[in-house]
Amino acid sequence: MSEDIKVDKVLDLKGLPCPMPVVKVSKGIKDVEVGQVIEAHSTDPGSLTDFPAWARTSGNEILKTEQDGEVIKFYIKRNA
Amino acid sequence: MQNIKQKPEVMQNIEEQLAALQSRIEVLDKKTPDDKLSMIVFSGDLDKALASFIIATGAVAMGLEAVMFFTFWGTPLLRAKGKKVGGKDTMGKMFGTMLPKGTSDLKLSKMNMAGMGTAMMKSLMKKKNVASLEQMLEMAEQLGIKIYVCEMSMDLMGFKREEMIDYKDLTYCGVAKFLEEANNSRIQLFI
Repeated sequence: MSEDIKVDKVLDLKGLPCPMPVVKVSKGIKDVEVGQVIEAHSTDPGSLTDFPAWARTSGNEILKTEQDGEVIKFYIKRNA
Repeated sequence: MQNIKQKPEVMQNIEEQLAALQSRIEVLDKKTPDDKLSMIVFSGDLDKALASFIIATGAVAMGLEAVMFFTFWGTPLLRAKGKKVGGKDTMGKMFGTMLPKGTSDLKLSKMNMAGMGTAMMKSLMKKKNVASLEQMLEMAEQLGIKIYVCEMSMDLMGFKREEMIDYKDLTYCGVAKFLEEANNSRIQLFI
């Protein structure tokens, strides 16, 4: 977990291929309030392109992306 | 402002222009497509059906509404495996036997190799954790994806409504319904 970002929910999407990471993150973000942050863990390399595209389209914000070995961690703020 | 008020004809002119603009905006509003994806699923190939559902579910994740129209070879994949109906004529029986009965009967469009290729692809998908067509259909229902089925294809192939899957939002329709939806969608696809 990143020290400077307060995370309200962690979403484990490891091992899931397209389209599941985006489908689940779009559902999962609804579990937090607007302004809160979720941390999503994906192992699908396509997520690196897909998550920003999803965030731009759905009006949410990716605060930070971290790569930890195979796991890509997205810190996403719910704006919409 | 005081200057304008002193000239009623100028004020009236502005009001007329405003009214004209408002009605133009209303017209434009009606013409602006919704955040929606309309898709025709024409193919009954496993690979193409999978692609259709991946795009449709992805669209919902992106905040779009998704509508799928099943026609021709796409229609039989919505038949329920376990349901049996009687009262079909010879041609209806023939189509019923020869065409897939539900998602599990679909074959790859390439490399089917008498079913070996399809079986291999399915086991590979399982190994790689890729959602099966059955799972995708279930997810589509959960996500509120609307399914429309072409009435003419049903009739041509002799399918009866009682043999189709139980899906929350399934409606039978003709081409006009698709065109209405497509006309009102940002994205239209034919698969």
